[in-house]
Amino acid sequence: MARSSSPSIVAEGLTAAYGDRLVWQDASFTVNAGEFVAVLGPNGGGKSTLFRLLLGLLSPAAGSLQVLGRRPRRGNPAIGYVPQRRDIDPDLSIRGRDFVHLGVDGSQWGVAIGRSVVDASQRVDRAVDAVQARAYADRPIGRLSGGEQQRLLLAQALAGEPEMLLLDEPLASLDLRNQNVIAELVASLAQANGFTVLLIAHDINPLLPIVDRVLYVAHGGLAIGKPDEVITSERLSRLYDAPIEVLQDSHGHMFVVGLEAESAHHDG
Amino acid sequence: MADLSVVGMLSPSAAPYFGWDLVRDVQELLRYAFMQHAFEAGTVVALTAGVIGYFVVLRGLSFAAHGLSHIGFAGATGAVLLGLPPIVGLLAFTMSAGAVMGALGQRLRGRDVTIGLVMAWSLGLGLLFTALYRGSASRAIGILFGQVFGITGQEVAVTSVAGVLTLLALVIAYRPLLFTTLDQEVAEAKGVPVRGLSIAFMVILAVAVSEAVQVVGVLLIFALIVAPAAIAERVTSRPSHGILVSAALAVLFTWAGLTVAYYVPYPVGFFITTFAFLSYVVARLLSYLGARRTVRPRGWREAQVRHSP
Repeated sequence: MARSSSPSIVAEGLTAAYGDRLVWQDASFTVNAGEFVAVLGPNGGGKSTLFRLLLGLLSPAAGSLQVLGRRPRRGNPAIGYVPQRRDIDPDLSIRGRDFVHLGVDGSQWGVAIGRSVVDASQRVDRAVDAVQARAYADRPIGRLSGGEQQRLLLAQALAGEPEMLLLDEPLASLDLRNQNVIAELVASLAQANGFTVLLIAHDINPLLPIVDRVLYVAHGGLAIGKPDEVITSERLSRLYDAPIEVLQDSHGHMFVVGLEAESAHHDG
Repeated sequence: MADLSVVGMLSPSAAPYFGWDLVRDVQELLRYAFMQHAFEAGTVVALTAGVIGYFVVLRGLSFAAHGLSHIGFAGATGAVLLGLPPIVGLLAFTMSAGAVMGALGQRLRGRDVTIGLVMAWSLGLGLLFTALYRGSASRAIGILFGQVFGITGQEVAVTSVAGVLTLLALVIAYRPLLFTTLDQEVAEAKGVPVRGLSIAFMVILAVAVSEAVQVVGVLLIFALIVAPAAIAERVTSRPSHGILVSAALAVLFTWAGLTVAYYVPYPVGFFITTFAFLSYVVARLLSYLGARRTVRPRGWREAQVRHSP
């Protein structure tokens, strides 16, 4: 796939706000094409808000933002988006394949006819195969496990043939094994297709082997860099304006300590 | 709309009977103009109700649809009071209420108490309008329970036009509507006008409900809009098949109800709701038994296939 080497995301002095409520401000960063970036930070810090800006669902309160060389616009087909895992009704009697199909032509008016029906179902097949979900794609999606649903929602994003993936907490509510499996799946898809990936996560550890950089969103600001540059006691303490300690175990897993008290204080 | 005297059953001089000669039976059923009109309007209404009902069930709007029909009762009786055709009041009230409901969108979910209260108040208003009208209560009863045997040729024409427009709107909106119904957040990000579609859908539903009131009335609307779709959802997990099954079932219930009511002197609304209810019970029973039977053997069979050389 031909791909420009220009950066995928360029933010300069970017400020996000809902009306009067400031979320974070004056963020300047660049995400390069093909980069895999983990987006971390406390709840309510503005991680999903960043996605809303990139998707064109929210306008910047200040500063400039370029996505794939243009200003963000709603319905950009070059972006594949998987929102935070919704609890799919277990009684929902819709095949996983039909969910994936929405990613192909769901936003077009009318009903599909003629040649486009065949093309669409081939694209669905390819997307389902890409996430190795063929075995259960024809079952009602409500009956599938969390990991299986997550694969199909990822396939839905792939079916739109995107250049960039925005994944909001795809690893949440998965067990540890599935977290690793899904993270590796996303990484291999990104590598094979040259996708730029922004993935919101709570825990950096399943992502440590695969991320290029980490974007930390907290306390009104953003910090970006390699994991061992950003996730340090000093950087996080400065970002949170509170004493934070980062510990590492013998396998290189990182543990951020001091956030529980802080976030409890913050949410309360 | 005609008087109550024809709601239940007309008593023809030569007692009709149902035999094994289907051609003769159909000729007998369509012998009178009132039966032809009932079948024509009933078919159009059932098709529309079955198709839109699939989206109603999928969007979790069954109770809202029910509430919409009750709001229509206030409109219909109000129109009678003003000397207008009931359908005018039905459409005016259901469409404006539908637009408000559509604008509320997702916030409508779980608002059972609010919808229920508006529903009760609408019935109360209708009761007042009926009392003020001082006419016989038969018109009100016709609106509550339907009077498909009283439909005129002109009403059939109006119903057909409304039905075709409703179906056309649903065909045009099909893919984006399915997208917002199943996955609103992604649909919004993909540029689907989620809010506009929500309002448009409720207005289309208002038209479909108003049509259906003619056949089954305000109180029995569930039988045509919700029951066929709820059964279809149990039978298939493909949206396109679900819509076809739902429409077919709605037509089947209506035809069966009209046919039985022609021969048996009880109200057609009773028969249509009975067929809908019994089919739903059977569908639930079958899917329950099916789930019980297949859960373990299916896993076992898959394991066998996987391990066989």
